[in-house]
Amino acid sequence: MTPRITALSLALLAATAMTPAQADTSDKRIALSNNYAGNSWRQAMLQSWEKVAEEAVGEGVVAEADAFTTAENQVTEQAAQIQNLILQGYDAIVLNAASPEGLNGAVREACDAGVTVVSFDGIVTEPCAWRIAVDFKQMGKDEVSFLAEQLPEGGSLLEIRGLAGVFVDDEISAGIHEGVSEHPDFKIVGSVHGDWAQDVAQKAVAGILPSLPEINGVVTQGGDGYGAAQAFRAAGRDMPIIVMGNRHDELTWWKEQKDANGYVTMSVSIAPGVSTLAFWVAQQILDGADVPKDLTVPFLRIDQDNLEDGLANTEEGGVANIEYSLDDAKEVISAAQ
Amino acid sequence: MSRPMLARLLRSALPALSLAILLGAIFYLQPRTMSYFGLNLLLNLAVPIALATLAQMCVLTVNDLDLSIGSYVSLTACITATWLNDTPILGVAALLACILAYGAVGALVHLRNLPSIVVTLGLSFVWLGLAILILPTPGGKAPGWIRELMTLKPAYVPFPVIACVVIALVVHVVLMRSPYGAVLRGAGGNPRAVARAGWSLLRVKVTMYMAAGTFGALAGIALVGLTTSADANIALRYTLLSIAGAILGGSEFVGGRVSPIGAVIGAVTLTLAASFLSFLRLNPDFQIGAQGAILILVLALRAVIGRTEADR
Repeated sequence: MTPRITALSLALLAATAMTPAQADTSDKRIALSNNYAGNSWRQAMLQSWEKVAEEAVGEGVVAEADAFTTAENQVTEQAAQIQNLILQGYDAIVLNAASPEGLNGAVREACDAGVTVVSFDGIVTEPCAWRIAVDFKQMGKDEVSFLAEQLPEGGSLLEIRGLAGVFVDDEISAGIHEGVSEHPDFKIVGSVHGDWAQDVAQKAVAGILPSLPEINGVVTQGGDGYGAAQAFRAAGRDMPIIVMGNRHDELTWWKEQKDANGYVTMSVSIAPGVSTLAFWVAQQILDGADVPKDLTVPFLRIDQDNLEDGLANTEEGGVANIEYSLDDAKEVISAAQ
Repeated sequence: MSRPMLARLLRSALPALSLAILLGAIFYLQPRTMSYFGLNLLLNLAVPIALATLAQMCVLTVNDLDLSIGSYVSLTACITATWLNDTPILGVAALLACILAYGAVGALVHLRNLPSIVVTLGLSFVWLGLAILILPTPGGKAPGWIRELMTLKPAYVPFPVIACVVIALVVHVVLMRSPYGAVLRGAGGNPRAVARAGWSLLRVKVTMYMAAGTFGALAGIALVGLTTSADANIALRYTLLSIAGAILGGSEFVGGRVSPIGAVIGAVTLTLAASFLSFLRLNPDFQIGAQGAILILVLALRAVIGRTEADR
């Protein structure tokens, strides 16, 4: 009995102490439908959800916020899962989709049943759902504009790409090339595929380095910065500015270099905690807020001055992460309006 | 009633019995499902699985196994979402070509006496490759009439229920009650006797494979009607689901012992089993295992009943 009373009084407290609008969702139930949990990014994503959802339920912001992952990463499995969630009476479904198109029928069923659907990371195209998408192109452009600040006179760049044929690789690369055309002092003198993996990147960079002139900057996609640094060191070349991708090994190496010789760079990637942003967006929609259908995830960028904090929030072998708050969600929503 | 007779009755009632128990458990766990709307959502994805299971059952009838049905359904789904929608004539022609290809596979398996498992395993990659060629990135659009059919809301009885009953009865009448149906099943039970009686085994195989191809194509069409668009990987799970569904429904791997009504019930049971586990909020890591456990449980029951049936 006691915990229930505590929860109730907490809910009452929340209702009176915070903005009155928050009480409106205290009886709402939100579910996370996730299609895959087999890598560190997804694990971190689920952990972030659990942490923030538990807090929100404890504070009485929402009644329930459960996470569901399909047993197999298949479209038909997730479609059935979504239909089951509708039957379980959830008010909102937060969705990381197995396919941008294949779930549209199930999403439509959810909308018709009055369920709010918010997709993130793996977004769906069904117009009735909300989308929290990643602007990978902007990520590529940001890298080049950072280098332009650091190297005002321009220079030669080496581009490390991701896995060939994957949409994300094309987008980031397109952004980088767009950035370079805006800063004509830069020239991409070489391009290799690092497959977002340190060992692949190291081999690829080591292979192309002998044929390249002096490199001033390396533009990357994440998961490849540390490997590139190793290749440059092994070849005895001057260390260029290598843009990092928030991985633990990359941030650790950067910290060592910063302490040893004041090495300056930046690091950018998507935080797995984006699931919590989707949670708060769903809560806001249930609260009756006017939310545009298309939102953009902010990047998690680490710079010279907040490197130590970023490293502290990164598990060994993992990716830098943050959990978003209600205020972050409101900021993202107002930015899109 | 004698003991073997009772056992035989139990055996044929087992699939329906397991379905009833599962449905009861789901109604208990989640009363919302006990409505027109609830049944519709619970069962609509069972329709394409039931069709795929019937396709598998057709191949099982002639003592073969089809490991390509999942990617074949994906292929027909991709054709439905692209060609059938944009240029219906090309779409229909392509689907007919797929069915003819299935017939040719049946002929190949029979004439060269090849193991069907190997042939269809190889073909599964061919179907998948073709699906990716037709639809390189997920997309396409379900033709309006299919979408309308699959989201039909008839009075009183939800559409998936009507669809499953109609499909099961039609196949039951053709395969279990018609004279040529007896020949088709006989070709699995005792091929030599059927051949001696003057029937062409080649024709039987081609017929059953083409029937499988037809049901597979219908499964792809029904699936796209539900999802509204396709994906080259959309139905890969159907290969195992269809085998499990057919066996759960009382079919045997050899001997021409099949049951169309049972196959449909088996497919529905498997669909419901997944929903049941999700309503139980079982950790997803255990869900596949639990699904397998349900399957083993039903099959074990069947083996026990089968033994009583055997000792007169």
